[in-house]
Amino acid sequence: MMEKLIVSYAPHIRTHRTTQRLMLDVIIALIPSLIASIVFFGIKSLFLVLTTVASCVLFEFAWQKIFKNDITVCDLSAVVTGILLAFNMPVSAPLWMGVVGGAFAIIIVKMCFGGLGNNFVNPALAARAFLLLSWPVNMTKWTPTVFVSKAAQGGADVITGATPLGVLKETGKISFDYMDMFLGNISGCIGEVSTLAIVIGFIYLLVKKVITWHVPVIYVASVFIFAELMGENGLFYILSGGLMLGAVFMATDYVTSPMSLKGNIIYAFCLGLLTVVIRKFGALPEGVSYSILLMNIVTPLIDNVTKNRYYGKAKKSKEAKQ
Amino acid sequence: MKFKTFKGGIHPNDKKELTNKVPVTKHIPLDEIIIPLRQHIGAPCDPLVNVGDYVYMGQKIGESQSFVSAPVHSSVSGTVSAIKSHPHPGGGEAMCVFIKNDYEDKLDPSIKPFSLELNPKSIKDYVDSLDSADIVHKVKESGITGMGGAAFPLHVKLSPPSDCKIDTVLINGAECEPYLTSDHRAMLERPQLIFAGALLVAKAVNAEKIIIAIESNKPDAIELFEEMAKDYPEITIGVLKTKYPQGSEKQLIQAVTKRQVPSGGLPANVGLLVTNIDTCSAVTRAVVMNMPLIERNVTVSGDAVKSPKNLLVRVGVTFQQLFDACDGFIEEPKKIVMGGPMMGIAQSTTEVPVIKGTSGILAFTKPETYGKEEGTCIKCGKCVDVCPMRLMPNALSIFSRMEKVEKLNDYHVMDCMECGSCTYICPQRRFIVQHIKHGKSVVKNSQQKGNK
Ligand code: SF4
Ligand code: SF4
Repeated sequence: MMEKLIVSYAPHIRTHRTTQRLMLDVIIALIPSLIASIVFFGIKSLFLVLTTVASCVLFEFAWQKIFKNDITVCDLSAVVTGILLAFNMPVSAPLWMGVVGGAFAIIIVKMCFGGLGNNFVNPALAARAFLLLSWPVNMTKWTPTVFVSKAAQGGADVITGATPLGVLKETGKISFDYMDMFLGNISGCIGEVSTLAIVIGFIYLLVKKVITWHVPVIYVASVFIFAELMGENGLFYILSGGLMLGAVFMATDYVTSPMSLKGNIIYAFCLGLLTVVIRKFGALPEGVSYSILLMNIVTPLIDNVTKNRYYGKAKKSKEAKQ
Repeated sequence: MKFKTFKGGIHPNDKKELTNKVPVTKHIPLDEIIIPLRQHIGAPCDPLVNVGDYVYMGQKIGESQSFVSAPVHSSVSGTVSAIKSHPHPGGGEAMCVFIKNDYEDKLDPSIKPFSLELNPKSIKDYVDSLDSADIVHKVKESGITGMGGAAFPLHVKLSPPSDCKIDTVLINGAECEPYLTSDHRAMLERPQLIFAGALLVAKAVNAEKIIIAIESNKPDAIELFEEMAKDYPEITIGVLKTKYPQGSEKQLIQAVTKRQVPSGGLPANVGLLVTNIDTCSAVTRAVVMNMPLIERNVTVSGDAVKSPKNLLVRVGVTFQQLFDACDGFIEEPKKIVMGGPMMGIAQSTTEVPVIKGTSGILAFTKPETYGKEEGTCIKCGKCVDVCPMRLMPNALSIFSRMEKVEKLNDYHVMDCMECGSCTYICPQRRFIVQHIKHGKSVVKNSQQKGNK
């Protein structure tokens, strides 16, 4: 006769797409941007990424060991946080800052609130904001890309490490080539410069159904629309700064974005508005990370107001009207 | 072609290729059969026979006075050897009548030979000659229940509340659970019986329209039915997108008719009657021959089964006999399930009998058939996307664990139909449905307390 049969509740089949698998897909989607960062800023970008990743993973592991929690580093979410943190730093940032940033992201933002799922803001972005406040000089020391430097040595006249948004803020002028901005041949944080690489990652995420198109597309579209409405150049707003990276990889973070489709549409739309307002009227040239952090905080509220959507409701309210 | 569907749902690997090309073979029942006195939703039956009695095949052996109930019949001829409690495939134990098979299959005298000619004209003439109440009565006497899994007594559905006028009968041929192909084979092998049964059901409730809904993954059945429907102006075929849980009553209704059953309501409230496709052939046999529901198609499949098959099985045969009829197991199974893998019930033994609602029995070896550790919710929203009832499963599971009755009501916990889509999709492998079931019982208990 048979050994003990397992008796458990239905369903008896599960998807293979566990968190680990999804995070692996996010990491794969980030690889084009990693390659772009190495191409434009040299091998130092890679070292920065490795530092933050190692820092995030080690701190998470250590925390869980010390407090005897289940070890969940295998879910790869710390790796994603690490990569995104580095992607939001300039290549000139010292490696120790990567370590500090990783510690902040994991310990303060993630683990202190109970680990993955319970943090209310995106750890990588919160860490970036923290670094920016603590070491503003280091975090805004922009280096020109490898190609711009080469061209300068060859005798070209301009050499500037300023980011397009920085220049816009200072001078009110747009002095960049759209093609350079699209490919990533501009100054900025290492992971944000290449729109092309990010779009490749985005397509991969869509094909693998890790995320849906709604948040990134609505976010970017609303930035374009609001920028144009406020008399700015919409295309420039899209291609500059961290918008693309933020829209595809950070605004879509599962934990800190709303859950329902309706909630996500509201969220993405507000993100667009906030980003344009901060960029245009704020003291800082960039507004993506603060917009996302702000909206992260509002997310539980959005979830709460969009919870009612159950089947059978439409019918009832119609009947009630009659 | 644009397929009809609903919002939400999942796309599990359907594994139907294991059995959908295999014609149904007749299974010969062995020595002893076990007929549970409760095979349906509603009141259990009281036995009508005693130990030692001789019973005919098709003889009524259990009945209840309650309206929501269905009588049970012997599926072989032989002697009653025992009436005792036995493990039930629906969980727990139930009183069962054990019958020693004499291998004669002597039919009960009330059962007539099948006299109806299966062509559109004679079927229509026959249906027209009958009286609605007569059909309902025969359906009740034959113990017909829904055969898709829930096993709700059909005569109850055929007697809708007087303020509900049924205009359309919806025949459910979605068979959206992975692995199962028993309905698919029934559609291919006894289409005229199904059409006749659909007409009989419609006649019983005086509905003008019949829609037979089939999922797009059964192109051969769709083609056959569309061809046949040309002879029946009142019958249309609805092609559904292949998606789980497309065959769930409310989702089917939404997909095919765009109507939504109000929360807590019945299909009859929106003028519909929904029944499973093979139930129709049982209705035809019941009305034409007085043949009770004692036999059905069962898919025997799963990765542990050596030769997955569709079998025509007598009610009361044990699962073990069916696995044996499929050449046994390739490897010792770790889990046996009655029904589909999404909503089926795990069994603790293979000695349980087939009942009227047994659409399939599955045996699995893979460790993934049982849950791994559960993680914390990462709020990915995937469960929210797939929930066909448009609920917030993650919130429900959390509130269920905290037993917050007010919140649970606020989030409409009672509308969850336990389809399992949320648990299937959750990347953190949370046991969402399990928590929600607990939450529902907490809510029910508190309501009862409130009523007292
Ligand atoms: S089991 Fe309930 S909550 Fe989960 S998807 Fe199905 S209806 Fe929604
Ligand atoms: S699918 Fe699982 S992890 Fe995602 S929101 Fe639902 S319960 Fe949470």
